[in-house]
Amino acid sequence: MTATAPTLAVPAPLAETAPAIRDSRPLRLITCGSVDDGKSTLIGRLLWDTKAVKEDQAAALSRDSNKQNDLGLPDFALLLDGLQAEREQGITIDVAYRYFATDRRSFIVADTPGHEQYTRNMATGASTADLAILLVDARAGLLEQTRRHATIASLMGIKQFVLAVNKIDLVSYDRAIFDKISHDFKELALSLGVRQVTAIPMSALKGENVVYDGRAAMPWFDGPTLVQTLELATTRSTQAGGFRLPVQRVSRPGESFRGYQGTVSGGSVKPGDSVTILPSGMVANVSRIVTFDLVRNAAVAGDAITLVLDRQVDVSRGDMIVSMDGQPMTGLNFDAQLVALQPGGIEPSKRYWLKSGSRRQRVTITPVAQLELSSGKWKPHSETLGMNAIGKVHLTFDEMAVFDAYEQNRSTGAFIIIDPDTNNTVAGGMVTARRTDLGGIHREGQRVLLSLPADLADELMASEAFVARRDEADVRRVSALRAGELFEELE
Amino acid sequence: MPGRAEGGQDRNAAGTATRTDETMHTHTSEYDPHSKDQAPKPPLDPHLKALENEAIHIFREVAAEFEKPVMLYSIGKDSSVLLHLARKAFFPGRVPFPLLHIDTGWKFPEMIAFRDEMAEKFDLDLVVYTNPRGASESISPFTHGSSYHTDVMKTEALRQALDEGKYDAAFGGARRDEEASRAKERIYSFRTPEHRWDPRNQRPELWNIYNGMIRKGESVRAFPLSNWTEVDIWRYIQAENIPLPPLYYAKNRKYVERDGMLMWAEDPRFTALPGEQVQEGSLRFRTLGCWPLTGGIRSTASTLDEVIAELEIATVSERQGRAIDRDQAGSMEKKKREGYF
Ligand SMILES: Nc1nc2c(ncn2[C@@H]2O[C@H](COP(=O)(O)OP(=O)(O)O)[C@@H](O)[C@H]2O)c(=O)[nH]1
Repeated sequence: MTATAPTLAVPAPLAETAPAIRDSRPLRLITCGSVDDGKSTLIGRLLWDTKAVKEDQAAALSRDSNKQNDLGLPDFALLLDGLQAEREQGITIDVAYRYFATDRRSFIVADTPGHEQYTRNMATGASTADLAILLVDARAGLLEQTRRHATIASLMGIKQFVLAVNKIDLVSYDRAIFDKISHDFKELALSLGVRQVTAIPMSALKGENVVYDGRAAMPWFDGPTLVQTLELATTRSTQAGGFRLPVQRVSRPGESFRGYQGTVSGGSVKPGDSVTILPSGMVANVSRIVTFDLVRNAAVAGDAITLVLDRQVDVSRGDMIVSMDGQPMTGLNFDAQLVALQPGGIEPSKRYWLKSGSRRQRVTITPVAQLELSSGKWKPHSETLGMNAIGKVHLTFDEMAVFDAYEQNRSTGAFIIIDPDTNNTVAGGMVTARRTDLGGIHREGQRVLLSLPADLADELMASEAFVARRDEADVRRVSALRAGELFEELE
Repeated sequence: MPGRAEGGQDRNAAGTATRTDETMHTHTSEYDPHSKDQAPKPPLDPHLKALENEAIHIFREVAAEFEKPVMLYSIGKDSSVLLHLARKAFFPGRVPFPLLHIDTGWKFPEMIAFRDEMAEKFDLDLVVYTNPRGASESISPFTHGSSYHTDVMKTEALRQALDEGKYDAAFGGARRDEEASRAKERIYSFRTPEHRWDPRNQRPELWNIYNGMIRKGESVRAFPLSNWTEVDIWRYIQAENIPLPPLYYAKNRKYVERDGMLMWAEDPRFTALPGEQVQEGSLRFRTLGCWPLTGGIRSTASTLDEVIAELEIATVSERQGRAIDRDQAGSMEKKKREGYF
């Protein structure tokens, strides 16, 4: 796929037909840009040049196209139009998914519009994405929108960015302009903790550096095309951490068989492994992994399996089967970040449903801070979080909840919030940590919670004695003054 | 509130032990994984494996969260893949919900024979529904026109069948790549008690966490194949050796050319229009439906490999064979709002 951009009106056929086997999982990506940066043109161009557009659809394209651009190319953006309502209003709402493939890999693009509902739509599209393409108009450079999009993408756990410096044809393919924008962007990305950034100068309209390279117009650029970058991007895998199986259903086709069905959402498992069932804490050993095709000798993150245990234990939908080592956090109180998705926002002290994995339970949400997207700063906020707000919150449960930190596991650390009045999905969230809410010295179950002045807390936590007994105690940093007060309360 | 949502945890909901009808399934696929004689089937490539895992996850989630799911079975290749995935999802149990076929009375006989064979072979609960109005008014696509026929015998029939069965979730084989209006379709597509689909009133879907909470009378359509493309479907059929109705394979068939469509001409109800010549030639079908509305293509691809080879060079999208949405863009959306699947 290194041929130079062909004569524009007739897209050259891609190299032969695709082979029957693709050696990697589909890459999920999201495209973000402000209105008119050329996002629709870029996606349309990707579909067109990878031959994802069929002949009759292309014919419909020219039929529907009332405006054709100066180059006599079809308006690629029209390939993406889905719904009449939107077309009438001339805006795109919601998230659309597009599919294209090269001979090396297939791609699922979450296409999210750049207008005012961007946060909610972007968060939705980004939740499953491995990579984000951030589009900027070469004439305008980075905008406040760019920062917003990058912030949301990184917040949702995306670790790979592609900066598409689009409409490079309109700035005479000026290298200095590209260098300046990509330099600025890399700094921005770094400030968000994103290190994997590929910047590409491109003309989505002309198809330069999208699927075909733009060497003829930009001899100075020797980096990869967009598609080459996407082919080499990594898909996230949570195979490293502990084993996690949220139980979706219990299969009991007969007296002799009892299997727990679910999708492995972390780590791996093999027959003979010892596992714990959460929240009950019961233990068992894995006797078999059953799938339709064969009895497997191992299963890894992503596999949909049926697990058989070696003894009768009480396991039901909503439970999580986990490895004995490296267990997830359990508790009644967690810290999380969430995105409010509906006009009613997220109200403090209202009881919602929270669904994570296969488990649904009651929760109360206490807002703590709200992210100011223009500056990237968190501002204290304890009121209702309005639609599109990104908030830091405390989650309080009636019954034991089980999570990993989202940073560690994007599956067992994620949740949605459902409004019991409307049944609508009103927020998506990510757990950051388990929270120990109480001051002073308490016993909660078998764990001791210590509130100590910060310097003492740090010293204690660094000590070997403490590390060895990490499971028995939690330390919370407070000011010396507050520690004194707590002590007095205890007295 | 859905009944099962009240009162805290849903841990004892349908997913656990209430499905007493679920009996051990005898494994009868062509490939018997438990036989020592056969060479092991090569593992799926990671791409298809990921799609398969996702679909199985959706099947299990819906089966566990809804009171009365049903699978819409239209006998085509997508339905065949859907059925195969359902069998995988619930193995070693049998498929824990019925298959619903809306029979318009105008399906190819080869489809009906295939349907009954599958139901028998895989021990499925098959529900066949025909709109009684069709019989009483002798509705035919020829005399009543294709859109009236489709409205009554397909759209209205589906609504009736779903109401009658009190199904609260219906699996369908729709894919997002099929048509532009489907690109924004959710995995769980929410329907009002009147079965209407309101594009403005769908729930955001984040990660793979699906919101299955509905009120009484409301329902969802669930689409496990949302992220599959047509090529994926064919590759999966090939990799998994999934049986398909013979109509997909080229064979000598009688047909006429009508309105640019190759119409099958072997049914007793077929009458040639003045000037029409019944021809005979090697024909196959890319999609299956009512024979008067489903155009064939001239092809000699009579094996799966040949069909796929043809597909990979073909540039005409599959829906073109269907008379139903050959008008302007947006027609599917209208159909969908009205409850056409
Ligand atoms: N010259 C030039 N114009 C472009 C390029 N990409 C997009 N455009 C034009 O910019 C306008 C907005 O593009 P569109 O894809 O609709 O933007 P969106 O709002 O981000 O989806 C259209 O007129 C496009 O033809 C490009 O690379 N070069």
